[in-house]
Amino acid sequence: MDNTHTSSDQTHPSATTYVTVAATLSIITAIEVGIFYLTWLSYGIIPILVILSGAKFALVAMFYMHLKYDARLFTTFFVGGFVLATLVIFALLVLFRFF
Amino acid sequence: MSAVSAHGGEHEQTTTGLNHRKMLMWAFLGSDCMFFGSLIATYLVYKGKSKVGPYPIEVFDIPVTSVSTFVLLMSSMSMVLAYSALMKGSLKGFRIWIASTAIMGMTFLAFQVFEFTDFATHKIEVDCAKIHGESLDSLEHELAEKCKPGDGIISEDHGLTLRTNLFGTTFFTLTGFHGAHVSIGVIWLLSLFFYSFRKGGITPQRHLDVDLAALYWHFVDVVWIVIFTVVYLFGVFEGF
Repeated sequence: MDNTHTSSDQTHPSATTYVTVAATLSIITAIEVGIFYLTWLSYGIIPILVILSGAKFALVAMFYMHLKYDARLFTTFFVGGFVLATLVIFALLVLFRFF
Repeated sequence: MSAVSAHGGEHEQTTTGLNHRKMLMWAFLGSDCMFFGSLIATYLVYKGKSKVGPYPIEVFDIPVTSVSTFVLLMSSMSMVLAYSALMKGSLKGFRIWIASTAIMGMTFLAFQVFEFTDFATHKIEVDCAKIHGESLDSLEHELAEKCKPGDGIISEDHGLTLRTNLFGTTFFTLTGFHGAHVSIGVIWLLSLFFYSFRKGGITPQRHLDVDLAALYWHFVDVVWIVIFTVVYLFGVFEGF
């Protein structure tokens, strides 16, 4: 069994960075929940929540999953799947006249 | 595939210079994105199409789900700290953090069991003495019509299951599959924890075993980030 790692593994962030990212994720989640109760935002809540959850997604993928530091090909695999999934979601929503 | 690099920074002896196991894991995660994408799309397509309740706004408890979301986010942090401890050669630190991750994963699952049970046993209540002047939703209004003179609080079972309505079917399928992923992750983490007690089982040189489990664990976290926003927060937003 091959248990070696690539050269990019050597540039992983420090524990402090991981804790900082966790604090940022917690703050963003708190903001999300807080915004949710601001009913006067009405439809404005949708883009705000999409941006905030997108930021959380990106933080986890970049720092915790090490995509920021690892080989580009890994990013291609993951982002490729994610983009395809997003396209499938929108295609189905259009097909079923969600909008 | 030969093992070339340990800490020297050399490339793998593969056609891409990348570890095949890690590449396979990324390919799997990319395909799993599409799996969850189709489940989320199905949930959205059928959102608001249920003929009978309960509806998301009646059963979702955002504060409770926010806490479980926070627990899962923190488990991702403890997972990277476990990996970081291992890379520093601290097996004790690795064990502490990976056990913490597994415990937080189990806590998340406990929240999910609580939530599913709560939904399945959901009741609607109406105080017959105070129905006049109260703003009642359609289900409460239906129940209020059953009030007889002298009745106090009356209730009716209105549980949500897979078969209750389209919301129940799509919601339990989506979150159930996510829960299954978390369960597999917990088993994987616990296996690594116990394997670390075996001599030479988990070492900084053999860190890829932990790296792959960590990638999987972070993936279930990012999927939940999307589910929390799209299913829960948008779910109770009446305009969406």
